[in-house]
Amino acid sequence: MNLEVIKFLILTTIILLLPVTIQEGYLLNVLVFVGIHTMLAVALNLLLGYAGQISLGQAGFFGLGAYLSGILTATHGLNPWLAIAIAATTVTLIAFIVGFPILKLKGHYLAMATLGLGIIIYIIFNEAVEITGGPSGLSGIPNLSLGSIKFDSDLKNYYLIWVITLICMGLSLNLVHSRIGRALRSIHDSEVAARVMGVNARLLKVQIFALSAGLSAIAGSLYAHTMTFIAPASFGFNFSVELVTMVIIGGLASVYGSLLGAALLTVLPEMLRAFQDYDIIVYGFLLIVMTMYMPGGLVKGGVTLFTALKVKLNKLRMGSAPNA
Amino acid sequence: MQLSDQIAQYLVSGLSTGAIYALIGIGFAIIYNSTEIINFAQGELVMLGGMFTLFFLNVTRLPLPIAILLAVAATTVSGILFERLTIRPLKSPSQISLIIITIGGSILIRGIAMTVWGKDTHSLPAFSGSEPLSIGAATILPQHLWIFGLTAIAIIANKLFFQYTITGKAMRACAANRRAAGLVGIDVKRMVLFSFAISAILGSLAGIIVAPLTMTSYDVGIMLGLKGFCAAIIGGLSGGIGTVLGGLLLGMLESLGAGLISSGYKDAIAFIILLLILFIRPQGLFGKAQTDRV
Repeated sequence: MNLEVIKFLILTTIILLLPVTIQEGYLLNVLVFVGIHTMLAVALNLLLGYAGQISLGQAGFFGLGAYLSGILTATHGLNPWLAIAIAATTVTLIAFIVGFPILKLKGHYLAMATLGLGIIIYIIFNEAVEITGGPSGLSGIPNLSLGSIKFDSDLKNYYLIWVITLICMGLSLNLVHSRIGRALRSIHDSEVAARVMGVNARLLKVQIFALSAGLSAIAGSLYAHTMTFIAPASFGFNFSVELVTMVIIGGLASVYGSLLGAALLTVLPEMLRAFQDYDIIVYGFLLIVMTMYMPGGLVKGGVTLFTALKVKLNKLRMGSAPNA
Repeated sequence: MQLSDQIAQYLVSGLSTGAIYALIGIGFAIIYNSTEIINFAQGELVMLGGMFTLFFLNVTRLPLPIAILLAVAATTVSGILFERLTIRPLKSPSQISLIIITIGGSILIRGIAMTVWGKDTHSLPAFSGSEPLSIGAATILPQHLWIFGLTAIAIIANKLFFQYTITGKAMRACAANRRAAGLVGIDVKRMVLFSFAISAILGSLAGIIVAPLTMTSYDVGIMLGLKGFCAAIIGGLSGGIGTVLGGLLLGMLESLGAGLISSGYKDAIAFIILLLILFIRPQGLFGKAQTDRV
């Protein structure tokens, strides 16, 4: 067994055993959110970290998944699993189609276009009142169930969300270590060079964009079925930025980093409830400082900082030693 | 009211919001041309303009003209500080890191404004009364006239600055070729700083003159900034007449769309236009095509 598999298995064991030590419903509920956010951050990282293409509209796809699932089940009485499948397929297809014109754009043009797309989707959630319930939201979304098990408690939701999150992480790890992963990184470094080497950069970028949107939609569906209530406020521009922050803090091009970023940015605000209104300041500050001083994210940044300190200490020791 | 009168009315109010978009858009273009940075915090400078005016007007009880001048100054200082603290320390920034840093800056400024001034929306008094004047079929507020007048003055002053002053010419040289400008002795870093200052002045002015019409709060910057960017894109990020036309066009389309189709989707209209322009003519309606060098 190689190191990657062992790392992943250790993580899986920890996550599956965690509820044994945590009995409190509230904390489990926070961990359910960590799972959903991890899925979203991993999905965004495939696009932003590996392919180097920014998306500021990710909350829109998350919301589309949630609303499609919610409307199909609460309004039309469809089976929730079928609704998730339909939502994921539809959003993937939509992203694939808009992906061609959008990913022709680069840098800030791409950022603005994805941002615009996200805001248009958000406005539709608010304005299409007959379908979405408008600003007051959509309620009565059924929980998922598997045979006789109904996912209606925090503990059951924990296992539901984390099993799916772990599958997403496993698939993503597999993807980024494959030929496709290498092709993605080559696009990140130089799209022209990648093209010269025979990578169909255009198609690959669109495919990753669609995959990332589809995974976000699945996360959205799961969110809708565990919360049983959704409102547009959860899918706005601020949440898109929050997701980018998670990816940046955890580290670009790191699947485990996304887990760390999602966990930090979900658990910390919960612990700092008293500072609720200040979290927007914290996000802004973190985005700037991390990008300026730790562009590799917390994991890589920590390692670099540690090595740099060690080198410095060694130098000091060498310098102070006599006749060195 | 007849449909033609209604349309005339929509056009008048569309033109005045369009003028605001134009001012903000020129701010985007000035920074972009000297640094190739799209400053995502541009909208927050617009918001700061309105909020600082309120602060100087209500808290320090200064007369409106002085409050406005101080607000422009305070916003400009904020813009300069932002450049000094976040953009200048970067050694070899990538485009993605610049995008993320300016987004970080925008939410940081928004968050600070929220903690200082709260979440309420405020209104600024109109500069000279709110007795509507009728011009032909449409009525027009005195504030609209202020907007047209001040926008025209700002744009002309901007044009003269870049055309005739040494600093303006130096900034244009930086825009054309940073390395060459540096080689002939232009302090490129200082020109970058100037571009942030000028765009802060234009942005805050826009935020101040529109506040009596639309109210202001800590989070108005997102939409205003994005629409300013939209104007700049229609104008091909030119910083000149193209962006002005882009702003006016956007303002009118949005106003017509809101009046004739649906007011709820008003903001979506601007973004659909933005996406269409980016997809079909990313160099802008009035811009020249560029080729990327590798």
